[in-house]
Amino acid sequence: MSFPWAKQYAPTNPFMRWMDEKLPLPRLVYNAVGAGYPVPRNLSYMWNFGVLAGFFLVLQIVTGVVLAMHYASDATVAFGKVEHIMRDVNWGWLMRYAHANGASFFFIVVYLHIFRGFYYSSYKAPREMIWLLGVVIFLLMMATAFMGYVLPWGQMSFWGAKVITGLFGAIPLIGEPLQVWLLGGYAPDDAALNRFFSLHFLLPFVIAGVVILHIWALHIPGSSNPTGVEVKSESDTVPFHPYYTAKDGFGLGVVLIFFTIMTFFAPNMLGHPDNYIEANPLSTPALIVPEWYFYPFYAILRAFTFDFILPAKLWGVLAMFASILVWFFLPWLDKSPVRSGHYRPLFRKFFWFGLIPCMAALFYLGGAHAEEPYIMLSQIATAYYFLHFLVILPIVSSIERPDPLPYSITEAVLGSDRKAVLGENAEPAV
Amino acid sequence: MTDTTGTATPEMLADGEDGVRRRDFLNIAAVSATGIGGVAVVYPLISQMAPSADVLAESSTEVDVSAIQPGQAIKAIFRKQPLFVRRLTQREIDEANAVDAGSLRDPQTLAERTKEGHRDMLVTMGVCTHLGCVPLGAAEGEPRGEFGGYFCPCHGSQFDTAARIRKGPAPTNLEVPEYEFNPDGTVITVG
Repeated sequence: MSFPWAKQYAPTNPFMRWMDEKLPLPRLVYNAVGAGYPVPRNLSYMWNFGVLAGFFLVLQIVTGVVLAMHYASDATVAFGKVEHIMRDVNWGWLMRYAHANGASFFFIVVYLHIFRGFYYSSYKAPREMIWLLGVVIFLLMMATAFMGYVLPWGQMSFWGAKVITGLFGAIPLIGEPLQVWLLGGYAPDDAALNRFFSLHFLLPFVIAGVVILHIWALHIPGSSNPTGVEVKSESDTVPFHPYYTAKDGFGLGVVLIFFTIMTFFAPNMLGHPDNYIEANPLSTPALIVPEWYFYPFYAILRAFTFDFILPAKLWGVLAMFASILVWFFLPWLDKSPVRSGHYRPLFRKFFWFGLIPCMAALFYLGGAHAEEPYIMLSQIATAYYFLHFLVILPIVSSIERPDPLPYSITEAVLGSDRKAVLGENAEPAV
Repeated sequence: MTDTTGTATPEMLADGEDGVRRRDFLNIAAVSATGIGGVAVVYPLISQMAPSADVLAESSTEVDVSAIQPGQAIKAIFRKQPLFVRRLTQREIDEANAVDAGSLRDPQTLAERTKEGHRDMLVTMGVCTHLGCVPLGAAEGEPRGEFGGYFCPCHGSQFDTAARIRKGPAPTNLEVPEYEFNPDGTVITVG
């Protein structure tokens, strides 16, 4: 589907015409990310992050396939194989550092993409399916990143694997047998390492498949925009190519500058030194934390320290999973007919002064030691997190009085939409 | 006329004095920078598949040849491939020298394939030059072919006592790798 004024693919080259008849792949690309996709003319740089996430997915797959050529998922050699990649393989250090930092940048751009969705309510009708698929992608990313971090078989790998599979041990009755089944043993060893490698290789391609569904679902209503007002006429849109290929290309260049600075000058800044010590089942590192991108969820996990009907361990696990599963219900928890935070004064206050500081606190607390005052702060932040989504958002969206919306995207950009007001005979704006 | 549409006017798009627009320059600069960056990324991606440092570190091998008796051969390993080291008998040397080298598919004399002072020591790769099988003839009791050297069982190439191709599909003689004798002639360093 597309808007009626979308440009039609009309190849002039005889070979491309022949190709279009037999396999219209160029047409698909043209209509998806070419001149055939009309996009709101007012997109800000916050609309860059979908393309950037796609770029980092490709980067992870390319560098990951390369690393798999030199790695072996055998617990006796895995740690040495990573050092072999670092020291012996031509450019192996670059491949590994690009892959490790690529994971971090993938999460950075995806978090910004998600919080763009929160602020502009991108999850609302008619785009609920895009949002639901996006949450699925995020869950798959978390599983993939976790299993990838186990592969170097350092201390953090081993204890991360033990702790995260231990989460499943919290489930009543079936917990312990489930954990043993997941690991293929009583502690992480060869069996766990091999299956994690296999799944770490598989899941990125599953992610790529869901990304295709995500983009397919996006192209039915078309892209949202910072006003939240739907596209009404041709003057509200510009073709994706060249306008947004150029804008996204510029944004990609800026992000790549930061990415290369990290990869070449601070490649281990976001990692943990303990992971350069080979896995030792008899000794746990002093501070055992996941990678930074899991900190908020790790903070929520550790916030539950008391038994209340259910054991504390189970509450922590339930809350951690619930903190992401609640995103699935956002399209129905937020009742406001207005999308954009620009026009929702009360929602905006709770976003900037409630949700954002709460997330920042959880990010900090997830990496801190499990001791006071961090535990109490985690408990407050966790309570506020759920309060925001389950109480504040439904109430605020029901009672707030939104600011007046522009008539159209064109009006929001140009100050008036003369064609819409005066009809077809309107003079061009002067 | 003030422009409130944000759309470029024909005057703004008109050619500069030299007929080149600012946008043309930006276009060429952006595409070139992307192209150079792309090549810089592709190079490591290709290079990573070349032999790694630990493989290259094993690229030379020492073989003790002092115990090999005339008529006897040993197999050693050089760069993960078989290396044949044979001490020729006087009869084998005579047979090799009796052939007119010019009439061979890959013309070489025994002298060109051995070292000065060690004419009886034939060091060759045990890799058939046809498609890479290991020829028979180095181990005790293996068939040595019509010409008394090596015989490749895969496609029937026959090598003479100087390991030169005489019959069958192999295009060249068994390769003589780079090697040197140590001063007392008991050990060779290959590679």
